[in-house]
Amino acid sequence: MKVKQKFINRNSHWVLLSPYIILFCLFILIPVISAVVLSFTYFNAVQPPKFIGLKNYISLLTQDTVFMQKVLPNTIKYALIVGPGGYILSFIFAWMLAQIPKIPRTIIAILIYLPSMTSGVMMSTIWSIIFSGNQLGYLNSFLIEIGMITEPIQWLQSPEYLMTIVIIVALWSSMGVGFLAMLAGVLNVNEELYDAAYIDGVSNRFQEIIYVTIPSMKPQMLFGAVMAIVNTFTTSGLGVALSGSNPTPQYAAQLIVNHIEDYGFIRYEMGYAAAASVVLLVIVWIASRFSWSLFGEKD
Amino acid sequence: MASLKSRRINPDKFHKSQLKFYAILIPVSAFMVLPILFIIFHAFKPIDELFAYPPRFFTTRPTLDNFKRLFTATTESNVPVSRYLFNSVVSTLFTVLFTLWVTASAGYVLSKKNFKGKDTLFTINTLALMFVPVAVSIPRFLVIVKLGLIDNFFAHILPLLAMPVGLFLVKQFIDQIPDSLIEAAKIDGASDYYILMKIIIPLIKPALSTVAILAFQTSWNSIESSAMFINDESLKTFAFYMNTLVSTTGNTVAGQGMAAAASLIMFLPNLILFIILQSRVMDTMMYSGLK
Repeated sequence: MKVKQKFINRNSHWVLLSPYIILFCLFILIPVISAVVLSFTYFNAVQPPKFIGLKNYISLLTQDTVFMQKVLPNTIKYALIVGPGGYILSFIFAWMLAQIPKIPRTIIAILIYLPSMTSGVMMSTIWSIIFSGNQLGYLNSFLIEIGMITEPIQWLQSPEYLMTIVIIVALWSSMGVGFLAMLAGVLNVNEELYDAAYIDGVSNRFQEIIYVTIPSMKPQMLFGAVMAIVNTFTTSGLGVALSGSNPTPQYAAQLIVNHIEDYGFIRYEMGYAAAASVVLLVIVWIASRFSWSLFGEKD
Repeated sequence: MASLKSRRINPDKFHKSQLKFYAILIPVSAFMVLPILFIIFHAFKPIDELFAYPPRFFTTRPTLDNFKRLFTATTESNVPVSRYLFNSVVSTLFTVLFTLWVTASAGYVLSKKNFKGKDTLFTINTLALMFVPVAVSIPRFLVIVKLGLIDNFFAHILPLLAMPVGLFLVKQFIDQIPDSLIEAAKIDGASDYYILMKIIIPLIKPALSTVAILAFQTSWNSIESSAMFINDESLKTFAFYMNTLVSTTGNTVAGQGMAAAASLIMFLPNLILFIILQSRVMDTMMYSGLK
């Protein structure tokens, strides 16, 4: 008993760390590694995986016309607008909020943060009522009222609108933890730095942001960027939720996440889906590296 | 200098130079909040107002009909809605508690203990900040199968417990606590477990509140576990039920009213928790910088 007690005390750091490490390995590390391994196999969830080398990647990049013509361009378009767009907007809002007194700031910050608390299913409930395809839909009835259209538009079923709607909804919900971090960052910039900068010749607020605010809150900028990237890809399944079908009408808002689900859980081509997952993880990794090179501290 | 003071960051009171910020921020916050207000009004509309053309934003005769219909409705397998709600409450409660426990102890070790491999572990965790769970839903599913957790209630809880963002925020927050405090306790003969429970945890309540909110949101809103890991209808969660409700009755008007009521039930706990804890969250975010 004594020996056991001693062991527990001497190795307390491992005892305390082990739950996290075990769970981390089981649900983050092993899934990522097995995605990579599975991506080199043919696996239909019934028979054991069969090694087929790079074949999944080759067909993903050369034969999967849906992937190359729709899914990849859609994902890039979506990610470029929602990622940097949402990120820049959350910085601008955070900066503006820092310019007003505490009580209105807190209220407005909560209002802006609210949508990020809604989950995928809530988002699709809210927005599918607003964009409902008959004249009872709020947007349709509004547009008919002001005379812009005469017939209700099937917003969520028409390929030409669906992607735009997905992007708007994703931006709407993108002011999350990263936004709060940047708000805290702006508020914590040392005020003397501003005075010093004005003496050194900074003459307007834009220069102030570029030369003082952003350089002094780089760590928060980076944290915000990583959160923006993660959020962008986490919410990217939205097209399916809004249109109610996978694949989305004419693949209009089909993103990699939907493609993975389509192949993995609808067609049970899990090796192939894993290859698409690896492509997604690589995109996320490249985006994060890029943010790191912008805001990371060079040693 | 006076003009400079009046437009500095974090002003004490209103000044007319701030008007231009309000002019942008107020419409923006209206855009953000209107869809949510709209779903709240929608939830309380009687059925003829749900049908009304042109649709109205406000409700003139609020009723609880939608909630009543929601709670009397049952799925094909005869599982009452309260059962889903109960499952959600229990799984969320356990997820939050376990996440706090796992994160606080790991955060303490990574911040204050010295041992081989510590920096590597923290670097791995920082890399994992960019982990996107949806990308690996298939291998995650396979892990759950291998662990024999299919149709086990813990499948709702275990996959959510390791939260890299949470560990990161907690560790950064503990870094601010002076080492001398811990040294003093050590000299008095306190074990690490004692220090963690009696010194660290009371001091890091803001960071733990933030982790609690994040864990709550992830668990309460999650449909992944119910959709993929659980086949037994009576073990599924409210978020999942709402998802089926929306996809099966979403296009009918009565379904919309029920979906709106369900949305409100989903949303309110998130909102209340955040309003209560928001100042602690902001305190935590001061230390959120990534270097």
